[in-house]
Amino acid sequence: MKTAMIVLRKDLRLELRTWETVPAMVLFALVTFVIFHFGLNRATIDGQLAAGVLVVTLLFAALLGVNRLFVAEREQGGFDAFLLAPVDRTALLVAKASALFLFLVVLEVIAVPAFGLFLLGPPLGHALPGLILLLALANLGLSVIGTFVSAIAIHTRARDLIGPMLGLPLLVPALIATARAAGPLLAATHASSAPPGKWLLILALYDVVFGLIAYAVFDFLLED
Amino acid sequence: MSVVSGPPAIELRGLARHFGERTALRDVSLTVAAGATLAVLGRNGAGKTTLLRILASLLRPHGGEVHLFGEPLPARAHVVRGQLGLLGHEPLLYRDLTGRENLQYHARLHRIEPERVEEVLQAVQMERRASDPVRLLSRAVLHRPRLLLLDEPRANLDPAASELIEPLIGRASGATRVLTSHDPRAALAEADMVLALKDGRPAFVGAPDGFGADRLAELYA
Repeated sequence: MKTAMIVLRKDLRLELRTWETVPAMVLFALVTFVIFHFGLNRATIDGQLAAGVLVVTLLFAALLGVNRLFVAEREQGGFDAFLLAPVDRTALLVAKASALFLFLVVLEVIAVPAFGLFLLGPPLGHALPGLILLLALANLGLSVIGTFVSAIAIHTRARDLIGPMLGLPLLVPALIATARAAGPLLAATHASSAPPGKWLLILALYDVVFGLIAYAVFDFLLED
Repeated sequence: MSVVSGPPAIELRGLARHFGERTALRDVSLTVAAGATLAVLGRNGAGKTTLLRILASLLRPHGGEVHLFGEPLPARAHVVRGQLGLLGHEPLLYRDLTGRENLQYHARLHRIEPERVEEVLQAVQMERRASDPVRLLSRAVLHRPRLLLLDEPRANLDPAASELIEPLIGRASGATRVLTSHDPRAALAEADMVLALKDGRPAFVGAPDGFGADRLAELYA
């Protein structure tokens, strides 16, 4: 855990110094909302449509972060330097997944209110507590799968393609669960202030299963 | 040569490694005593860097055995990893961190006391520039490694800088050293033992006295 914190602190310092990832993710999400606004030709949306727009936008914005997760390690030799250190290699998975999780939180702190302000019909305040819980679970899955996929893609020549090509199919169950759970929260009728437990459970199970898989095989991804 | 008692620093038995169809190393066997310097010579693509990366536990051997300080690789790599220092073509530093931040990061990973960072910065006379982003700064010696893997360590240095790092990576460091160089004569002058590689196979293994000018010319022909 201590090693993961060392790597995480380094990653956050690099991001704060270069601003290469988070601003791109935020800008992408905001532009996508504008595109949906004009593409759907509707002033406001709600319910399942709103949930789909929000979740898909966040997912694609997250992929920008996923693609950049290991770039500094690859281009500047961080992988070799880390592998030469006498530390548990899965600390890199924990650190990178935590960094991605934090990037997603920053993205959502900006993008979700913007979505509520410009695109969502019903007021966001009613749905917010449930949405925070839901997005926290979704972020967990995105972070673990994103780190896992990024670690595979970074060793390939076409890493910008491989990341989404591997990541999107793996993330489809999480996307479905998050969008279905968010639908009632964003309904105009305020049908519910809590996301449906079934979808939350599926999302939580998905997080646990992929967390364990990533933990079990991550070490081998770092081998030559 | 200051030879230390205990298991040899390096033991290779029939080491082999390939990349797809291409053989990078084959039938490499040698023993290097602790504290000795091994010069690895050969043309570009002869397998020098591959050998160093295997010794650094960054590449798995595809055949044969590798023991470092008596520990087999890759099975027990985690035991010896903290005792290795690799100085290769890439500095393995983050360009957007300063010299001091880079060294502090590596010191934390290696569980080294923070004072060692200032010690190394002083040794290479980088204290004043320690807050600048870096392109080149040795973090390979930060954790006082017992085995230094030096892949053309002076390639990007002027003579003054080269002299400056001599106490850290030279014989005075006291570490066992594996050294490759584009200047074979300089490498031979430093070596207690020579491994000459030709197309991944050993063309010569032995003391530098036995590796004459004719063999050198043949190796680089």
